[in-house]
Amino acid sequence: MDLFTILQVLDSTVRLATPLLLACLAGLFSERAGIFDIGLEGKMLAAAFFAAALAAITGSVWLGLLAGIAASLMLSAIHGLASITFRGNQLISGVAINFLAAGMTVLIAQDLFSQGGRTPSLIGKGRFEPITLPFAEEVIDIPVLGPIYYELISGHSILVYVAFLMVPLSWWVLFRTRFGLRLRAVGENPAAVDTAGVSVVGLRYAAVAICGVLCGIAGAYLATGLQAGFVKDMTAGRGFIALAALIFAKWRPWYALYACLLFGLLQAVALRYQNIDLGLITLPVQFMDALPYVLTVVILAGFVGKAIPPRAGGQPYVKER
Amino acid sequence: MTFMHKVLATTAAMALSAGAALAEPALIFDLGGKFDKSFNEAAFAGAQRWAEETGKSFREIELQSEAQREQALRRFAENGNNPIVMTGFAFGNVLSEVAPDYPETKFAIIDMVVDEPNVRSVVFNEHEGSYLVGMMAAMASDSGTVGFIGGMDIPLIRKFACGYAQGAKAVNGDITVLSNMTGTTPAAWNDPVKGSELTKAQISQGADVIYAAAGGTGVGVLQTAADEGILSVGVDSNQNYMHPGKVLTSMLKRVDNAVYDAMTQGEALETGINVMGVGNGGIDYALDEHNEALVGEAMKTAVDEAKGKIASGELTVHDYTSDDSCPDLNF
Repeated sequence: MDLFTILQVLDSTVRLATPLLLACLAGLFSERAGIFDIGLEGKMLAAAFFAAALAAITGSVWLGLLAGIAASLMLSAIHGLASITFRGNQLISGVAINFLAAGMTVLIAQDLFSQGGRTPSLIGKGRFEPITLPFAEEVIDIPVLGPIYYELISGHSILVYVAFLMVPLSWWVLFRTRFGLRLRAVGENPAAVDTAGVSVVGLRYAAVAICGVLCGIAGAYLATGLQAGFVKDMTAGRGFIALAALIFAKWRPWYALYACLLFGLLQAVALRYQNIDLGLITLPVQFMDALPYVLTVVILAGFVGKAIPPRAGGQPYVKER
Repeated sequence: MTFMHKVLATTAAMALSAGAALAEPALIFDLGGKFDKSFNEAAFAGAQRWAEETGKSFREIELQSEAQREQALRRFAENGNNPIVMTGFAFGNVLSEVAPDYPETKFAIIDMVVDEPNVRSVVFNEHEGSYLVGMMAAMASDSGTVGFIGGMDIPLIRKFACGYAQGAKAVNGDITVLSNMTGTTPAAWNDPVKGSELTKAQISQGADVIYAAAGGTGVGVLQTAADEGILSVGVDSNQNYMHPGKVLTSMLKRVDNAVYDAMTQGEALETGINVMGVGNGGIDYALDEHNEALVGEAMKTAVDEAKGKIASGELTVHDYTSDDSCPDLNF
């Protein structure tokens, strides 16, 4: 395996990890505030559709991105309403959102475009084009570092860089600001936060809204960055892999980055080498596909340190009377 | 809102005219929906052609859920519709239960074999069409490497891959055929992102023509192929229009002809297994204004010659599903 092949696999890793990373950070904010969210998949799907639909109609990918974020925020608002205001079961609300998104996107797509639940292919300004970073062309001849910069770091769409910048930003917000401290506290012990005179409901809504924005970007990246249009069910389980990554990362931003990159790498390797011949045994491609889930179960079983979810996660907050 | 109106109006119209129908043929669309730009839409086109040519009408329903399959079949059968045509292998189990209850009614199922005396099972020789596009891919390739990207890893899709590899090797014995499957679950039919990544991986291994038999995943394959400046081959219906000048051709399954034939035969529908292949116009490759420039005269002559040979039986293409193996490709 030469450097070029390795770089291509890593390049593919970055592309595949980006939607996972955004969705994983989205889940991180929500779950750190005590709201479990298995509706990541549905929010990404809705965002992917509305981003592609608006980009197709207006021809502007930025309007598409906004529409995707707005759609995802709407679903977040529904999740918030059901699980914060009305204290419903968060898992059921999440499942409902997944179903709602899967059905609604195809229905609206069929009504608007009559292409079997697809949007038309996006062209020109309707897509996020890869951006070439400065000096990428000039440094390509430098051995090793040049190709790494040119192939791996340069040449992604802007949302990839946004996703990677979100990691330090999330860390800073969660662990270095007053808002972050309160947000984490509300996921561990909402009663204490309430006693301190801070609105539990307000904080939880804020967390769910941040989750909506990040899912929106993830969905828009799928439909307008990686692809040129929406196809039904195009998220293909990425929301659930992101949840697995979140547990794998033990609800921490930097670990989320590593987990998503690892899962992305597993996918990229599985796509590049269908069956891996290790001499004695051949690893089938299915094994690589299943590995993210297997690793998550291993982590959950407590073999590699403990994954402790936020203590108040999943419980609606009821003020004592 | 207009869509809602249409649905309501259609339902109302169906309810009102329910008693009036007599031996009209009926067509049931599978879950993909009538206007899926592929399988179901082709079936609709065939029925439409029959209706225009004969001046008669037919009944139709689009399934909205799995549970409606049996209901729709029984409703049409009890209503006296004959024959009842349905698209998609998913009807297999339901039809084998329903068909014996209505021995007077003829049924036609596409893409599946149901062994009942009053059922016509239409199956397609996809391997023959894949052979033809495989030949074209090998002729269009400059690098000597062509690719295949399948959806879910099932014998049917391996049949496509196997036919394609045979066609490519028939033109160029030294050609490398790369083959990838998107996945092993139904999600593999709708994962264009994975389709794109597979395309990029195959391009980096030298492929310059890629054949996608992968449903919605194929959209990603065709898109990436067009973006990266290589050729692709579409499947099932004519997908040349999706990226004019970048799609070499499409392997056509003439579902419309199957539906048209069934409706034309009417109540005297011939039952048993009906194989649609290159010989009887059931399988073909697409040639239109979008790919004329890509398909040269030499290529067309060679493919049409092979087509004639397959039709006459002089050339047989190995069918993967006949013995679960492929002479020209390892899975």
